[in-house]
Amino acid sequence: MLYYWPRDALLAFYANLPHSRLATIYLGEVVCGRRHGMRPEDWTGLARDLAQTGVEVVLSTQALIENDLDLRTMQRIAENGEFLVEANDMGAVHRLAGKARFVAGPHLNVYNPQTLAWLAELGAFRWVMPVELGRDALSLLRRDGPAGMETEIFAYGRLPLAFSARCFTARHFNLPKDDCQYRCLEHPDGLQLTTREGQPFLALNGIQTQSAGVYDLSHAVPELKELGVSRLRLSPQSAHMNEIIETYHGAIQGELSGDALESALAPSRLTEPCDGYWYGKPGIEHLAA
Amino acid sequence: MTDTRKLELVCPAGALPSLKAAVDNGADWVYFGLRDDTNARNFAGLNFDSRTAGDGIRYAHDRGVKTVLAINTFPQAGAWERWERAIDAAADLGVDAVIMADPGLMRYASRRHPQLGLHLSVQGSATNHEAINLYRDQFGVRRAVLPRVLSIQQVEQVVRNTDVEIEVFGFGSLCVMVEGRCALSSFATGLSPNTFGACSPASAVRWEPKGDRMDVRLNGILIDRYAQDENAGYPTLCKGRFDVGGETYYAIEEPSSLNAIELLPQLAAMGVAAVKIEGRQRSPAYVAEVTRIWRAAIDDCCSNPTRFSARPQWKAGLNRLTEGQQHTLGAYNRKWK
Repeated sequence: MLYYWPRDALLAFYANLPHSRLATIYLGEVVCGRRHGMRPEDWTGLARDLAQTGVEVVLSTQALIENDLDLRTMQRIAENGEFLVEANDMGAVHRLAGKARFVAGPHLNVYNPQTLAWLAELGAFRWVMPVELGRDALSLLRRDGPAGMETEIFAYGRLPLAFSARCFTARHFNLPKDDCQYRCLEHPDGLQLTTREGQPFLALNGIQTQSAGVYDLSHAVPELKELGVSRLRLSPQSAHMNEIIETYHGAIQGELSGDALESALAPSRLTEPCDGYWYGKPGIEHLAA
Repeated sequence: MTDTRKLELVCPAGALPSLKAAVDNGADWVYFGLRDDTNARNFAGLNFDSRTAGDGIRYAHDRGVKTVLAINTFPQAGAWERWERAIDAAADLGVDAVIMADPGLMRYASRRHPQLGLHLSVQGSATNHEAINLYRDQFGVRRAVLPRVLSIQQVEQVVRNTDVEIEVFGFGSLCVMVEGRCALSSFATGLSPNTFGACSPASAVRWEPKGDRMDVRLNGILIDRYAQDENAGYPTLCKGRFDVGGETYYAIEEPSSLNAIELLPQLAAMGVAAVKIEGRQRSPAYVAEVTRIWRAAIDDCCSNPTRFSARPQWKAGLNRLTEGQQHTLGAYNRKWK
């Protein structure tokens, strides 16, 4: 989960998901350790509830670990012993290595088969490709990577592009990070940043910078399947998420494609789509017809 | 303040004249890259071929200065051999260490050239001791460079929990994002530090004079717009002015640079091993002056840490080099965040 939503809204979101359509749900605070609406034990409780529906539940660790509290939370997740873990920094990999099977998250910088093979030896059974890589890199990593490694692709949502020590949401409101007043609660899909001539460019989500446009690979589903991708990651947005899940489900089942797919998805997209990364172009571009 | 461990000064060399300038002015280490995308300053006209690298290493070693080769980008799928060759070249050249970010490549280096010292690059994004100790346990990494995102207290936490030497940035351009964790440049231009070894590449920059103003674009995206009386800077995309919620401002970071000289006594006392100067893209004169000032400051600090204070002439000298650009303590100071 990349955003900070009020606890009730978050719990309602997960309760109302069409669970039977989902292979996996990743839970946990990935962006900012100050966000405390859900404590680690709350996430575990939610994980137990969701696991009852038969969906695979994975706990994700924070991408940028800065202080002792971040570190302790990460250690606790890594050693939870009950649920699978997605490692989003090398510290988490250190805690998991040789002890538990884990998911190598999108922020681990896996750019070549050799690094993927190393992670496999440490216990990774699935990896999420860095968002800036596209189909050519994927095809090489699939071809030369370790056998049996499951591949997951970030397929829908505002792209997580960068992490900083600085909170850009707090900065926007002229607040210090240590007294941010949790303003990101008011921006459930991030705070849009446009150029001085009005082009939507990025989105500020606390210490994370995202794309303004939503990445959308729905049109590439057949190609993704052909390349051996076993999971598509849909990043939550605050409205119309279930419609997006249904549409992607239709695309995966081969029931929706072309114009029908586009007209089913368009009303639910948060913003204009982009997909340049998939084609080896600047990520901001949109190439799908 | 009884810690007498020496704080080392690590200086940049984009070319042989800069390397000599760093050596002559008191660097303990010089770092440099090869002329391709295996290093994170992949700029036209910069870096070393094997002949100039050999000359530089000899020049440094003859004067008791250590050398470290930056092979700190991520080998791209399908181009692995170029990075492997760079590692082999480093071993042949006889550098004291290689600075690296990619685990697959570190594994190659540690197995193939076990005598080669390994430093973890800032591009490896290791912000905590658990991550650093993973690279130590797996590949025998001796030193790690911390991303410019930790406060001074957080740096101390890391130092206290690992026996890997810690190197921190002291001066130069400031990345506001965690190094190795930023794809903004490829989002806008298709090329990023992780995939190409450069951020906001010059090939994507366009300056557009428009009457009494100047627009500057990166691959067509407006990064900033300057009035006649404003100093137009290089359009690093996180340092432009943008609109958020109806307000136009430096939404991510001002065009300021890092200067941590006043923190030297604290860094030395907590056991930081080395201070790094950013700037392989800078001129030999720049490297000479920054090295000279930091050498003097470190010597001053080590001989009398309790009475150390940054001298006005140092500050003035460093300010001149950055053309009056604002200086900041960056993340070392919590308030900056």
